[in-house]
Amino acid sequence: MIDFLGGQHFIELIYLVASALFILALKWMNTPVTARRGILAGETGMVLAIGGTLLQLGVDGKLQHLAIDYTWVMIALAIGTGIGVPLGLVQMTAVPQRTALSHAFGAFCVTLVGTAEFYLRTPNVQPLMMSVLCCEVILGGLTVTGSLMAAGKLQEVLPQRPITFKGQNLVNLVLFLVAVGIAAYLVHDPSATRLYPVMVGIALVFGVMLVIPIGGADMPTVISLLNSYAGLSAAAMGFVLNNKLLIIAGALDGSSGFILSVIMSKAMNRSFTNVLFGAFGQVAPAAAGAEEARPVKSASADEAAGILAAASKVVIVPGYGMAVAQAQHKVRELYDALTKRGIDVRFAIHPVAGRMPGHMNVLLAEADVPYDRLMEMDDINGDFAQTDVSLIIGANDVTNPAAKTDKSSPIYGMPVLDVEKSHTVMVIKRSMNPGFAGIDNPLYYMNQTLMLFGDAKAFVSNIVKELSGTHS
Amino acid sequence: MGSSLIDGLFVFMLAGFIGFEVIKRISPLLHTPLMSITNALDAIAVVGAIVLVGKHESRLSFILGILAVIAATSNIVGGFLITDRMVRMFKSSRPAKSN
Repeated sequence: MIDFLGGQHFIELIYLVASALFILALKWMNTPVTARRGILAGETGMVLAIGGTLLQLGVDGKLQHLAIDYTWVMIALAIGTGIGVPLGLVQMTAVPQRTALSHAFGAFCVTLVGTAEFYLRTPNVQPLMMSVLCCEVILGGLTVTGSLMAAGKLQEVLPQRPITFKGQNLVNLVLFLVAVGIAAYLVHDPSATRLYPVMVGIALVFGVMLVIPIGGADMPTVISLLNSYAGLSAAAMGFVLNNKLLIIAGALDGSSGFILSVIMSKAMNRSFTNVLFGAFGQVAPAAAGAEEARPVKSASADEAAGILAAASKVVIVPGYGMAVAQAQHKVRELYDALTKRGIDVRFAIHPVAGRMPGHMNVLLAEADVPYDRLMEMDDINGDFAQTDVSLIIGANDVTNPAAKTDKSSPIYGMPVLDVEKSHTVMVIKRSMNPGFAGIDNPLYYMNQTLMLFGDAKAFVSNIVKELSGTHS
Repeated sequence: MGSSLIDGLFVFMLAGFIGFEVIKRISPLLHTPLMSITNALDAIAVVGAIVLVGKHESRLSFILGILAVIAATSNIVGGFLITDRMVRMFKSSRPAKSN
């Protein structure tokens, strides 16, 4: 029957349909209303492509191996599913490390297939094909180890502080040039198979070296960049296998990762090269020590509740500290309590709030905060002047007005939320210790600012109690 | 072989532009689910791995192919599962309108 449909053309047509479904999947991901339709389109495309490929295998496969091959493919699919299901069920706070891990898995697949193709094809490989193959395994290899390092840092099994040493950039450059040099030699002489493992090994080491000097605060950019690499290596694999579906999926993933990296770097006012070679956090602590203890105003939970109850417009600014304190559900209770009193409550989300692009939105959505209350930085910055109370929970650098005024600040030029324009600013914070990047925040010493010292979850919970106790 | 590579480059260029235009329009609300779904779609590399196993040209390629199928499948299953979980969490405060 498949012969009737025309052998190779049959599978190509299925891949064509799957490609269209993949593009539609991303198109429908643009709003929460259509996103589930997008997922369905992606899944349908995936099932069609895998089903079609399995059928094709039945037609093309060597007869003596066919039954064994099918069995092994099915076993592999089952094992993969067994690994995939728990990875799909992780907590929302763990999504960044899960994502980094899946970049590693994707790149691992690409590197393995590239390696198999290399040994099958040498020495009869044309120069252009060999260049693409080398691109595939170098990008794939560095993405595997780089993503594993990123996942380790996010899971905090590895130190989050940047690890740097003298001449680091030089070492990295040399490693990279050697890998490219070997690739060039393989293009020239494909029979030099002994060099191949060296090239892959260097790519693996390079991936580690690339990520260790990068601090936790830069993780959103790094994850996006690794996403882009994973996509590009898959596209390169598509070239090697002459599989257009794979080229398209890789190109989509590559451009998605690239766009997200650009958004993230802009949100931190840093260039790609600065993120990769800058080792953020190394220079910052020096700036923090200089400040003498300046007076701050603090308030208790019932005072804070009183001020909130008297407000008509409230903006909550959440940061990753909120998620660390597991306070998002209490924050939603606060949102409910204030909304019930007729107070307009919105959330101001900085692009780098959280550990990956969009992470904060997911964390708040999980706590049942309606998504139309979640505002992007550019949409809400103009509204702070008309805001009665800005409540900052677990965010620091993204509210730092020094980024706009103090040229000596390490974060000078970074776009920040204009919270200091609101009538009252309240900051929930454990202590006056500087934040993750070790940068002092002048916001805390301003006249309109009240510091609410304590654990975010406990403090918000107390405010909610006060609000529901005093007035019903 | 050479011309199919060039064909591939055309496809890559066009898909890259489409990706750029489509993804630019995605709300920052959904950037995390976006990354997890592109990850799942990227794992379409599994078809290459299945073909590699099916061709059974050498023991090495067979074993590497099996491992590659496992790695990619875990991304497909995990990626779609978590994207679906995340997207279902997004609820509006307004009653759902039909559009």
